[in-house]
Amino acid sequence: MNPGLGLGMIRNLVQRLIAPIDGPLMAIAGLLLLLAVGVMGSASPERLNAQLLNVAVALVVMRVVAQVPPQRLMHLAVPVYLVGILLLIAVALFGDVSKGARRWLNLGFMRAQPSELMKIAMPLLLAWYFQQREAMPRLRDYAIAAVLLLLPVALIARQPDLGTAILVLAAGFYVIFFAGLSWKILVGMAVAAAAAAPLAWNLLHDYQRNRIITLFDPEKDPLGKGFHIIQSTIAIGSGGIFGKGWRAGTQAQLEFIPERHTDFIFAVFSEEFGLFGNLVLLGLYAMLIGRGLMIAANAATLFSRLLAGAVTMIFFTYAFVNMGMVSGILPVVGVPLPLVSYGGTALVTLFIGIGILMSIHGNRMLVQK
Amino acid sequence: MEFKNPQEELERFRSRLAVAGGFVLVCFTLLFIRFVWLQVVQHDYYQTRAEDNRISLVPIVPNRGLILDRNGVVLARNYSAYTLEITPSKARDLEQIIDGLAAIIDIQPKDRKRFRKLLEESRNFESLPIRTRLTDEEVAKFIAHRFRFPGVDIKARLFRQYPGGAFASHMLGYIGRVNDRDLEKIEEKEQDANYRGTEHFGKTGLEQRYEFDLHGGTGFEQVEVDAGGRAVRTLARTAPVAGNNLTLTVDVELQRIAEQAFGDRKGALVAIEPATGGILALVAVPNYDPNLFVDGIDTQNWKELNESPDKPMVNRALNGAYPPGSTFKPFMALAALTLGKRRPEQQISDPGFFNFGGHHFRDDKKGGHGMVDMYKSIVHSCDTYYYMLANDMGIDNISSFMGQLGLGSRTGIDIDGESEGVLPSQEWKRKRFKKPEQQKWYAGETISIGIGQGYNAYTPIQLAQATAIVANNGVVFRPHLVKFITDTRTGNRTLIEPQPTRNLGLKAEHVEVIRNAMVGVNKEGTGARAFAGAEYVSAGKTGTAQVYSLKGAEYKAGTVKKELRDHALFIAFAPADAPTIALAVLVENGGFGAQAAAPIARQVLDYYLLGKRPKAPAPVDEAAVEEDEE
Repeated sequence: MNPGLGLGMIRNLVQRLIAPIDGPLMAIAGLLLLLAVGVMGSASPERLNAQLLNVAVALVVMRVVAQVPPQRLMHLAVPVYLVGILLLIAVALFGDVSKGARRWLNLGFMRAQPSELMKIAMPLLLAWYFQQREAMPRLRDYAIAAVLLLLPVALIARQPDLGTAILVLAAGFYVIFFAGLSWKILVGMAVAAAAAAPLAWNLLHDYQRNRIITLFDPEKDPLGKGFHIIQSTIAIGSGGIFGKGWRAGTQAQLEFIPERHTDFIFAVFSEEFGLFGNLVLLGLYAMLIGRGLMIAANAATLFSRLLAGAVTMIFFTYAFVNMGMVSGILPVVGVPLPLVSYGGTALVTLFIGIGILMSIHGNRMLVQK
Repeated sequence: MEFKNPQEELERFRSRLAVAGGFVLVCFTLLFIRFVWLQVVQHDYYQTRAEDNRISLVPIVPNRGLILDRNGVVLARNYSAYTLEITPSKARDLEQIIDGLAAIIDIQPKDRKRFRKLLEESRNFESLPIRTRLTDEEVAKFIAHRFRFPGVDIKARLFRQYPGGAFASHMLGYIGRVNDRDLEKIEEKEQDANYRGTEHFGKTGLEQRYEFDLHGGTGFEQVEVDAGGRAVRTLARTAPVAGNNLTLTVDVELQRIAEQAFGDRKGALVAIEPATGGILALVAVPNYDPNLFVDGIDTQNWKELNESPDKPMVNRALNGAYPPGSTFKPFMALAALTLGKRRPEQQISDPGFFNFGGHHFRDDKKGGHGMVDMYKSIVHSCDTYYYMLANDMGIDNISSFMGQLGLGSRTGIDIDGESEGVLPSQEWKRKRFKKPEQQKWYAGETISIGIGQGYNAYTPIQLAQATAIVANNGVVFRPHLVKFITDTRTGNRTLIEPQPTRNLGLKAEHVEVIRNAMVGVNKEGTGARAFAGAEYVSAGKTGTAQVYSLKGAEYKAGTVKKELRDHALFIAFAPADAPTIALAVLVENGGFGAQAAAPIARQVLDYYLLGKRPKAPAPVDEAAVEEDEE
């Protein structure tokens, strides 16, 4: 056996394996994962192994998706969306109730949360839709897009799962925005939304209203609804500029921070690494988003552009909503800190997004017109 | 249809991307500003809040000070006992756990009731007693089964104990669980921090009055706790400081002999050291057992104590107001001398009544005492002498002199809630009644005041105090129970006022007349039978207070119901020339003072002056009469 040949084979194999992977994107995601492992080791060391397994699965999924060309993805758009809608209807009819919400569908061998699927399926479908209307989209097209968007959003909000509904709505909205909906209409919609807010208030569930009330006055109910926000802001504030040090955050270690391995993991990080750590985290997210937007800018087709832009902005939405709620400037909705919070489902969803970005990058415009 | 322009479209898309990128930056900047606000500007505030979260101050309740008699005999102490306690936050199903415990340890319904009450009042990470005072056997039984009861533990706690039981209880008082009124007092004294963790508070008697001396300084343990309130580790500890001990002026043996002298009769006795105002014995019988109150008294005992016709919860020595009867006469005589209304040798003629505007005020002795001077008026308790004297003096002269002797006002003894009694005067009547015709003082009302009847009503301690003032030649000391307070840490003693509060400026020869006459009472007068054969010279005066107006009918003890029988009174001091003890005795419904009260005084004086212990409660001398026949 020629050792040179063996080495060459291995090198070849590795090269083929990493070929679809975008270096900068992978580097940023890798740093975020490293940071996530560190925080998990403090917030919930007993879950570290399970989360590492989740990461491994997510990376494999990313690698697979990265190899799928955008054209194939476009073909999947309609079937995935339809399956998603059907599953959401099935959830509404036969779903399992957990913590007061009907979110889960028991498939016999596993429990699935179809709303998670919509986070990717939604921009995929809308990007496909605008790709079909390659001519200047008209108002009617936007209206149809809006209907396609609002159907799953309504189904998810009914479960009720406000966090996911907002993420899906945002994902769809980004596609419509990037597709070029006129500013007049955007401003008009914003005004209409402000006017409709009181009506929306009436449609909210009590617990959702409480969360919004709690946001503005958490001390009103310090042991009940306000407890989460009070304890997380105390954790962040007491962290100071450089933090209390890894595994030395009293709010985290003495379990004052609720949900500290999932939605409130940012409070653990912020307490232990301070403003400095927050700046690093914000920087990593900004770089991830910047890289994503760059990929979108250079994407070959309208479909790819819209999809890449929307997927990138999903990361932003996750990060902003999560850090905003944990630091007390947004209401508490169930949105994890992207790539850091514990949980396999969200991680897989996000890495599908990264995989899509990589695939689009791999099929970018090679010639500048 | 517009033509598609890829380049223009791409530019527009890129501009939208730029807008999105700008939006991201704006949002992230907002977050960063928020982080700076929380972590830099407000950092100190949140740092404090985080520390408050983490560090819990666990109070360590100090040992309560002891109460000792003048010779160091312990009257109130603490003892450590095992309690069975449940920490509700660690226990899953409380009812089930308590049922399980009841199977191995005796748990009464009242224990469950108390536990439920504590549970409502407490924060859930405190451990609460389900049973107190476990026996060694019960402790052993529980330990064998401990593994079955998570969150249940045995703890050693200190309990207040009054070793004498139902003895001297009106003086000692008792402690009970802190209630809202107590909390107000604690706040008033700004002792909130020091009372964290304290469960008991003095409710009556010395325990109440000296609460803040007895309590001590609460220690603190800084404990790091987690969000569930579980202690993780101890960070620092400040030891508690035990409360101060009270040493009383009371002689516990004298107190015991005095209480026993009453037998099962109701009444009060106050014995004072005239030269200091120190109280030697403070008896109010019947007593109750203060130990019943320490853990919270159960409803049955509470009902029994409160509904008993004997009213054991009433401190008769301080809160019972009785007409002084003839014990008032020496004070009247002293007033007459001081105000120049009578000379000692001045005689009056007693026909057996005093005629006032056609109304006859009768003397107890039919036919009267004949010619009566001051000495005789006291020795034989001649009413007519004092009817006339009262009439001559007038109500306001009487009340102002008696007021100086402390009658009708609080003596200032170191027990709260003392009654004032009634010192009648024109002023008093104006304030006491509402209708104008009732507000007027009638001269006829002054007459019976002279023999200690009428509106007169004084507490036994006031009578004892007045007696002590006479025994002490007019120098007044505030009656007090606590001799000194000992700081248990330094051993320093704080003496309680050995200084006189005022001097009445009585003339020595006047006091001598009264002393002489009171010696005569016990030698040849109404007290002579009770003091027959005494090896010391004592001064005394009997008294009988009417409970029931006979409206002219002859009083026969046997024919009236017991609770309507007269109260027996006796005041005394001894040795007559240099008194070391002055006292007042009251026996409710005891009949004549000479019959019931004087023999009790004899036993007390015999013990105090001679160390003689009586073999039985003081006898009732049925043969003695209020006004002897000479």
